[in-house]
Amino acid sequence: MNHTTRKWSLRVLVILYLGLLVGLPVGYLFIKAFSHGFHAFWVEVTKPNALAALRLSGEVALIAVPVNTVIGVGAALVLAKRKFFGSRALQLAFDIPVAVSPIIIGVSLVLAYSRIGWFGSWLATQGIQILFSPVGIVMATMAISLPYVLRSVLPVLIEVGKDQEDAARTLGAGPLRTFWQVTLPAIRWGVLYGVTLTIARTLGEFGAVLVVSGNITGKTQTLPIYIFDAWDQNFDTVGAFAGALVLASISIVALVILSTLRARERKLHVDLA
Amino acid sequence: MDTPARAPSSELGAPPARKGWRRFSARLRSSFGLYGGASLIVGYLSIIVLIPIAAVAAHGFSFSIHTQGWGAAFWHWHLSAGFGTFWNDVTQPAAISAIRLSLWLSLTVAAINAVMGVAIAWVLVRDKFPGKWFVEAFIDLPFALPTIVVGVVLLFLYGTASPIKIDLFETWMGLLVALLFVTLPFSVRAVQPVLASLDGEAEAAAKSLGAGGIRTFVWVVLPSLWPAVLGGFGLAFARAIGEFGSISLIAGGIGRTTLASSYIYNLTQGFLWTNAAAVSTALLVFSLVILIATNVFARRIQHRLAP
Repeated sequence: MNHTTRKWSLRVLVILYLGLLVGLPVGYLFIKAFSHGFHAFWVEVTKPNALAALRLSGEVALIAVPVNTVIGVGAALVLAKRKFFGSRALQLAFDIPVAVSPIIIGVSLVLAYSRIGWFGSWLATQGIQILFSPVGIVMATMAISLPYVLRSVLPVLIEVGKDQEDAARTLGAGPLRTFWQVTLPAIRWGVLYGVTLTIARTLGEFGAVLVVSGNITGKTQTLPIYIFDAWDQNFDTVGAFAGALVLASISIVALVILSTLRARERKLHVDLA
Repeated sequence: MDTPARAPSSELGAPPARKGWRRFSARLRSSFGLYGGASLIVGYLSIIVLIPIAAVAAHGFSFSIHTQGWGAAFWHWHLSAGFGTFWNDVTQPAAISAIRLSLWLSLTVAAINAVMGVAIAWVLVRDKFPGKWFVEAFIDLPFALPTIVVGVVLLFLYGTASPIKIDLFETWMGLLVALLFVTLPFSVRAVQPVLASLDGEAEAAAKSLGAGGIRTFVWVVLPSLWPAVLGGFGLAFARAIGEFGSISLIAGGIGRTTLASSYIYNLTQGFLWTNAAAVSTALLVFSLVILIATNVFARRIQHRLAP
């Protein structure tokens, strides 16, 4: 086997593998979308339960994404400033949601905060219900999408260094002004990258939310759960298909944004692990 | 020579040195900023992740804290059956077969990924052909797609109504394909930068000494890729063993294709939370062990390559 044959066979093998595993299934989704026509898609997406799921997904993202952005940027600032006792442990703890099964994240929230959990009876006296409620869905989503802003911002922050901040401080700027006018502009693409990853993860989260939500149609169904329910319980393949199309389109837009940002900042990685 | 040992601080424009109480309070304020921020973050992290995970492990070993009225802050710990129930829950035949299936499928997936990851990274770094950017863009798609979308999409193409007559519904092949899909980027993205950073001098030397292409790859290129390959292996394994969304549909409802994550989910549907906690704890231990082991091995190999 000479050099050229080897090169060609490797090339063909890789393209075939990627095509059969990823290209064909995803491509088939969009081909079917066009063959069904836009009208059928629109009818499915505007059904009341689908709309309720879309709205809930949007509301959850509106809470989870800003909170996780603030926490992520804050953690990056704290970790980049200097090493302190437990800083390595803090960074590792942020990665737990990536390494742990989403189902286990869901189970863990129930065992800590539902009626059968550690703090359930106390929370119940406060009138807070976690299981089968939007509060639980928001908490599960927050846990799952926690690591991404920190992961995107920290390397950029370390590369930027502290010189400009120190200069701003010696020139008399307070900490808040230094943050808004010096630090934030320097890390803005990193923050945007992290926020895009967080949004993608938030809208797509399934396992953890499924465990805590109780899957109540029209009430505690986010879009991914609506898709699962349509296929698994109602045998409504067209509905599942329309929902999948919405989510797939969102994630492809996110992918384009991410690769544009990566071309701008070489410190940014693909990290939706 | 009469230069002062230290330039006067006013010349540098630095604020005058603080003394005594003022210096102490300034230090206090600056570390309060750091530790105040850090403790807020740790608080959030605890509520969202750490306390719940601790609750899983504790419930897994049937070790529960009963709060007897929050105001009294009276903590009554009780250790019922303990390790006995854990062992009982984890050694149910259905639990064992689910965990075993998860383990060997995840190992297979991580291994296939390691091989294909090197091949794909090689083509992306060393090969040039029209449309390569498209292949490159494809690699990240599994990261961006929600897992349930992967499940639906795979079932459309490889389900009972398959348009290409490949029916993988309720087979372990179906599970394998789904897990390969979602873990595709790990090895590629781990190996690619390392391969790109090799300067090719050693390879050129090996070739000039008469080594063929395959021999050069195995003895010159591959050794420097090992840490990255192992790292990708560990990440892919951890992801595969916990994966739920993409396999939840294609697995169907039969015991033969129930993975550990589906098994835990089924337990929660029957409100068997303590059993779910026990199996979750076992699964947590497996993914932790593999992640730590691959990390240690990768570091050791790296150390030997570049001490």
